[in-house]
Amino acid sequence: MTTVDVRPVDLRPVYVAGTGLHPFGRFDTTLTTIGATAVRAALAEAGVGRGGFDAAFCGCVYGCVASGHKVFTALGLSGGPIVNVEAGCASGGAALALGAAQIATGRAERVVVLGLEKMPRGMIRSSFFEPWREEAGLAATPGYFALRAQRLMRESDVRLEDLARVSVTNHAHGVHNPNAMYRKPVTVEQVLASAAVCEPLRLLMLCSPNEGAAAVVLSATPPADGPAIRIAAAQVRSHLPGNVLGEHTPLSGLVDDGMPTPTEMAARAAYEEAGLGPDELDVVELQDTDAARHILSAEELGLCPRGGGGRWLRDGGGEMTSRLPVNPSGGLLSKGEPLGASAIGQAIEIVWQLRGACGARQVADARVGLAHTVGRGANACVMIIRR
Amino acid sequence: MQAPRPIAPHLFATSGDETMLRAAACDACTRLHFPAGDACPYCGNDACRERLVGRTGMLFLHTAIASRPPGYRGELPFGFGVVELPEGLRVVTRLTEADPSRLRQGQAMRLVVTPLHTDDDGNPVVSYAYAPAETSS
Repeated sequence: MTTVDVRPVDLRPVYVAGTGLHPFGRFDTTLTTIGATAVRAALAEAGVGRGGFDAAFCGCVYGCVASGHKVFTALGLSGGPIVNVEAGCASGGAALALGAAQIATGRAERVVVLGLEKMPRGMIRSSFFEPWREEAGLAATPGYFALRAQRLMRESDVRLEDLARVSVTNHAHGVHNPNAMYRKPVTVEQVLASAAVCEPLRLLMLCSPNEGAAAVVLSATPPADGPAIRIAAAQVRSHLPGNVLGEHTPLSGLVDDGMPTPTEMAARAAYEEAGLGPDELDVVELQDTDAARHILSAEELGLCPRGGGGRWLRDGGGEMTSRLPVNPSGGLLSKGEPLGASAIGQAIEIVWQLRGACGARQVADARVGLAHTVGRGANACVMIIRR
Repeated sequence: MQAPRPIAPHLFATSGDETMLRAAACDACTRLHFPAGDACPYCGNDACRERLVGRTGMLFLHTAIASRPPGYRGELPFGFGVVELPEGLRVVTRLTEADPSRLRQGQAMRLVVTPLHTDDDGNPVVSYAYAPAETSS
């Protein structure tokens, strides 16, 4: 473990003063317009305009040069520091962690954190892979997910029907999310009958890359009205080597590969920072790139025992009627995954849950929520938000 | 027909009928990694020595890729999996068998060189892959 635990003595609380979302889906608008929609909404909610924030952090992966700067330029809001942050699927979470730290340490009174993305269509092409690796067919992302799903099924009692059930549950939640890309319920039979992408994964067990944006205004002072919602933890971790199926997608790994995953490390640090454990959570938004990832995420976050994800799921774990609803937004399976925007979108869902503003998908009296992203790099981010 | 071009020069070595993966062993912690990098990924030590491994192995995980991955110009579908080597390494690899139902966990595999496609200069491009040990390639 190389992370140095630097802990200033007088950290200030970090409040969420405003939220703004551009729906996730496919649109004929530019990345800049999509991002500007989210920023404008977040600033309006926070009652903040030009000069009202000290810095902006922007998570984006496929936007190329200065995608955040283009958004703030378009809105006439440039001049302060604007920093673009790339950390794969955890980009938005990393941006939020950096923004929150500015406020906690007194370097800023208010910051805007933006996540935005416009993904190419089809199987995700990633500059992460060397050209020869693409040429050899070894950059097939769903193939890696499939091998991980196969291993999960072999090493625990997770069955194909359980993977289908993840999709069914998340899509049932997504029906009630007007900002989701897919809002139709599906049945176990429909999921199992959908095209086999890579055995054992079916099309309806995989999320779609897409477009969208999400922005929050973080502040050193609580909003004048409504509940005081604060970022209780925001932790980012990268992988340790060794697991051939790790999110860093190596070409080799050790046979003895029981080292902690980036999600486990980020979760441990986040629970410590927030001073609470998984038993105290009321709502969770977790990474469900594919149905097996949903189960692994639940295990790695400590929502159920390691190896107990199948049982947890069959007992209704994560459903709206369970003790701890997971992915009330519908998850990435319903929303799609605009990489840079994904984590901020989760954070906003948690904030809206804590405000009691989620209508038909509201978790009753939610007070503490967790948002989790993990992906290529490898990077994991865990945020804990509470009121 | 021109000489086959390996997908990358640092991945595998062929001598006669035998193909091996060009892994590296750390001088300090002795752990293996593949492909060889600038330093040991486990302990950061710079001094690693090439070690040829993986002539044979056991199938650990397998699936098939049916949709064209980005940058790939070869045949579809193709087998894709993880093979566990007796040297203590697991490697991600192409499999010569594209039908998952004809493979089973734990079966003996051997390393082969297989054609991928012909490049723009007319050279056949070849890669490492694992084949079931009982069949000939």
